[in-house]
Amino acid sequence: MEDAQTLVVEYLPVVIFLGLAIAISLLFLVASSLLAPRKPDPEKLSAYECGFNAFDDARMKFDVRFYLVSILFIIFDLEVAFLFPWVFQVAEGNLPAFWSMMGFLGVLTIGFVYEWRRGALEWQ
Amino acid sequence: MENLFQWGGGMWGGIGLAVLQIVTFVVILLVLIAFLLLFDRKVWAAVQLRKGPNVVGPFGLLQSFADLIKFVLKEVIIPAGANKTVFLLAPVITLTLALVGWAVIPVAPGWVISNLNVGVLYLFAVSSLGVYGIIMGGWASNSKYPFLGGLRSAAQMVSYEVSIGFVIVTVLLLVGSLNLSDVVENQAGGIWNWHAFAFPTIFVMFPMFVIFFISALAETNRPPFDLPEAESELVAGYQVEYSSSPYLMFMIGEYVSIVLMCSMLTILFFGGWHMPLPIPGVDGLPEWLLSLGGLLVFIVKTTFFFFLFAMVKAIVPRYRYDQLMRLGWKIFLPTSLVAVVIVSAYVTFQNASGRQEFDRLDADSSGYLEAPELAAVILPSGVDTDNDGKVSLAEYRDRARS
Repeated sequence: MEDAQTLVVEYLPVVIFLGLAIAISLLFLVASSLLAPRKPDPEKLSAYECGFNAFDDARMKFDVRFYLVSILFIIFDLEVAFLFPWVFQVAEGNLPAFWSMMGFLGVLTIGFVYEWRRGALEWQ
Repeated sequence: MENLFQWGGGMWGGIGLAVLQIVTFVVILLVLIAFLLLFDRKVWAAVQLRKGPNVVGPFGLLQSFADLIKFVLKEVIIPAGANKTVFLLAPVITLTLALVGWAVIPVAPGWVISNLNVGVLYLFAVSSLGVYGIIMGGWASNSKYPFLGGLRSAAQMVSYEVSIGFVIVTVLLLVGSLNLSDVVENQAGGIWNWHAFAFPTIFVMFPMFVIFFISALAETNRPPFDLPEAESELVAGYQVEYSSSPYLMFMIGEYVSIVLMCSMLTILFFGGWHMPLPIPGVDGLPEWLLSLGGLLVFIVKTTFFFFLFAMVKAIVPRYRYDQLMRLGWKIFLPTSLVAVVIVSAYVTFQNASGRQEFDRLDADSSGYLEAPELAAVILPSGVDTDNDGKVSLAEYRDRARS
């Protein structure tokens, strides 16, 4: 019960804040749809392409490097997520925890060097 | 906010009070950002020897509000080929996520909407989600420039997210807590305790501050990293098809997250609400006055970093995309990774030796230094911060500070 109350006291304001932020965003949309004129015509609603009519669908093939970057991001962001709780062990002066994390970082660094050597980080 | 349930008569009173606080906070925040937006334009104009906006109100002070009204009164154009729901959802997500990050920012001693003990993690999570708004906007427009801009923006934001994460970890290692108020309290006492300047970690932490600053520019798509909206290549990137208030929401969201980044710089590296020098006799003042002073110091520091953002926009030419990715992955990532190793080694070995010393002094291994054991060691007065007559490990470690 005590824990539940602390949880509510800490997180309820965040939820209220979220609700309020959504309300403000929707307010802008609603205000515009009520106050602004609406006179659509085909030229106005066509996709912008420097004055030409759109040649084909805009959702085309794109460079595979964008995928590669997002995969690399997942690996390193997870690494950061592991580092956050480890902070407490470092503050305790826990040597085994320190060395095991160094081992983990070492393995990831080997992977990073491999990526680099294979040219995954090049944009030409 | 700590005493949410004690103040206003039961649960509904507490909730009402919380709503009131949040509304006040958001309104003040948005008004301040309206003026900061004008400030940004004025700085930019001054660098280029122009006057900047000076017609609406005295010195153009009301320009941002005039812009707001004009945006809201314009027609919302939704392109025929666009995915309507996602198209309108994208700016809502951008603005909402930019705003909710502020829920955990401590602006003055005790003045925080929610003092989460995982505040940094929350902030990190919310800023990671920010990329969704932009990529959704770019995709839903069904137009070439927004699509390419959205892709570029997503890749750029995730690249710099990683080095921002490592830099935040170096700060947290020094603090030993994920609570933002603890991060600020750890820097109390003067400019020599601020994380960016504290000796001996200054040799690592000052470069980390620079990396955080540059990554923050990239993260918020500010010049010189505004490639997602590079005029000469992509017209306006993911915002091309947006008009009226959806465009306004993107713009407000961008500025809210820029100011959020500035306040994070203040909190993580520059002592938050603390003055650069301790002022004698200030402890006697009433608490609300101290908080108000702290708020003022916080705003001044945040505005200073916003000024730096504006100057960078005015002075630095735009990066090329391959240079941008090279900087993020090949320079910032390895550097900040090495910094994490150095700082963690420093903190671990220092604390481990302090612990051995403490265990040697703590003859009866009770976890505290009590009366007979205290006689064996010379400690500065005031080391027993909770006044319980015995010294814990944490208090022993902080003895140099007290």
